[in-house]
Amino acid sequence: MTDRSLVHIAFYAALMAALGFMPPVVMPLAGGVPITAQTLGVMLAGVMLGPVRGALAILLFLFLVALGAPFLAGGRGGLGVFQTPSVGFLIGWPVGAFVAGWVMRLTGGMAILPASALAAFVGGILAVYAFGIPGISIMAGLPLVKAAYASVVYIPGDLIKVAITALIAQTVARGLPGALLSRS
Amino acid sequence: MISMYLQGDSWAHRLPAGLKLLAVALGSLILFHVSSVWIFTGCLVAVVALYATLGREGLAQLRLLRGIVFFVVALLAIHWLSGSLDEGVVVAMRLVVMVLAANFVTITTRLDDMLDAVLPLFAPLKLFGVSPRTPALGVTLVLRFAPHLMLVFSRLREAWQARTARRSSWRLLAPFAIQSLRMSDNVAEALKARGGSAGLSSSP
Repeated sequence: MTDRSLVHIAFYAALMAALGFMPPVVMPLAGGVPITAQTLGVMLAGVMLGPVRGALAILLFLFLVALGAPFLAGGRGGLGVFQTPSVGFLIGWPVGAFVAGWVMRLTGGMAILPASALAAFVGGILAVYAFGIPGISIMAGLPLVKAAYASVVYIPGDLIKVAITALIAQTVARGLPGALLSRS
Repeated sequence: MISMYLQGDSWAHRLPAGLKLLAVALGSLILFHVSSVWIFTGCLVAVVALYATLGREGLAQLRLLRGIVFFVVALLAIHWLSGSLDEGVVVAMRLVVMVLAANFVTITTRLDDMLDAVLPLFAPLKLFGVSPRTPALGVTLVLRFAPHLMLVFSRLREAWQARTARRSSWRLLAPFAIQSLRMSDNVAEALKARGGSAGLSSSP
């Protein structure tokens, strides 16, 4: 891994941390899993960095959280968060970033705006929920259907994040094309 | 450094970080297969007692539970409605005990010590031609970048407020992305000029 890659990975991990300082909205419905800006970071890391570096950025971020940095939304952090029902989502994040980056690769011929929206949707929503819902189900002892039902409230917020991701990718592709590493 | 660490010199602070991590990992594995309310009551008393040994400031750390209060209440409600309240109580107690135990390790271990304890796990990176110190450098970079990113954003927001009298806007995202990405390019150049990750010491 080159030093340049390391800096890029650290950059998106730090972006995740900065997003975590934006105030979260806690939804009691889905068992207290808070709505945060942080999945935006997951989508951006995958779309901008590509699959491997995108996933590594999120893993580095989670590593810091596990070491005790209070970087998750609402100032949460430490080993305790890996024991809560949100853990499925935390595991889904690096996978989601990987999938988003992978979709970016596959859609190499498509214009940036639709390609990054598709990548953010498939990676940041489908892949993340594929881990998050079973996580709630296992940790809370609830059937899958109920856990899924409780998670639906987050979808509208996630769709807004998909749109923001696509806009940022489009802007960066124009203003600083070298930074869209998934396409270079 | 930004951390949840609680300053102190108790017995728990002096235990090696690796031992504490191992204990909490084994504890969660075992507790996942326990389903007796009595055992969990005992565990709960024991784990609160652990916090009590740190003194009043230690007990104040129980406020970390605030984050999962919503969840515990919702969990009990859902289980109650589906007629499985007994199971709900067990799941909720397990959750509280495991979160408290894991956080106990976090508040009694310095971030640097935690890092040193887990770095040997990265030794296999050498097989892939990556320096095992890379994760430590990554951690250092993140801790430096995160406040800087917030600074870049707050500067943009202040400029925006001065011009428009509005607080914030999605329009700031584009200049924020470009400015901060350019900053990361500069850091990459600087790192390369100083010999790269191989030439740096791992202490943050």
